[in-house]
Amino acid sequence: MPDLGPHASFIWLAYGAAVVVLAGLVAWLRADLRAQQALLTELESSLTRGRSAKPRSGRRKPTGKRTKDRKP
Amino acid sequence: MQKYANPTRFMTFSGAVLPWLTAAAALLLAVGLYLAFFVAPPDYQQGQTVKIMFIHVPSAWLAMLGYTVIAVSAFTSLVWRHPLADVSAKAAAPIGAAFTLLALVTGMLWGKPMWGTYWVWDARLTSVLVLFLLYLGLIAIWQAIEEPSRAGRAAAILALVGFVNVPIIKFSVDWWNTLHQPASVARLGGPAIHPTILMPLLVMAVALTCLFFVLHMTAMRTEILKRRISALRLRQVTDAAGA
Repeated sequence: MPDLGPHASFIWLAYGAAVVVLAGLVAWLRADLRAQQALLTELESSLTRGRSAKPRSGRRKPTGKRTKDRKP
Repeated sequence: MQKYANPTRFMTFSGAVLPWLTAAAALLLAVGLYLAFFVAPPDYQQGQTVKIMFIHVPSAWLAMLGYTVIAVSAFTSLVWRHPLADVSAKAAAPIGAAFTLLALVTGMLWGKPMWGTYWVWDARLTSVLVLFLLYLGLIAIWQAIEEPSRAGRAAAILALVGFVNVPIIKFSVDWWNTLHQPASVARLGGPAIHPTILMPLLVMAVALTCLFFVLHMTAMRTEILKRRISALRLRQVTDAAGA
């Protein structure tokens, strides 16, 4: 590492600020993306569960396809 | 163009591009830091504090690039109602704000040993502070208005009005007497910097630009997922009400 001279503390502070700001931004964006991916997966599976549960309870309004399926 | 830039295609495209762009950013950042600390000589006037420029100058460029991305997205959103334009504008705001903050902080840390003061209210510094406040205003609009289309329209208008500040930042050093030095890289007569200092500066600029687009794409992917989640929740509520 070269000698950074009498203003070394200012140079280190500037690079430290860059690390804090950029690493913080990267960490926040990655965490947010993962959280949304997990939420979406959970929501999609709960919707799929809900849909597969409804015909058995007989509450769902019959669509054309369902009506066809129910024919003997 | 709309046909190729819908959210689903963007997710596929960004999923394929992001690992390569991340690797390029990491590699260029490593090369840039090596050149900055082990190859670039001290400047004849600034001494070793020139090393702050390798962070400060690219951050300032990206602060303006970020706002330009927002303004172009805002225009596209208002005129063509492009589905990705609002997403792009919203995603770029915190990233641009972070780079603007970094430009301000590193500029202050350079200013103290070189100018004898952290801050002066000259045209360049003040216009960059205004840019930071514009970013904060855009983020506040997105946070305050719940409905994305209304928030997008309000933010787009502020973004387009605020875009007048970008050329003011660029030409402030030519139009007014400022303590800040004039342009030394992007100028008509060519760069006024010695290649041994210019090279690390350009490598760091390309590295941080790659990082900017990695972060922008990541934030856009997150925003698209958030909108899908909102749509699914709405469907869940509609299903529950219809049952």
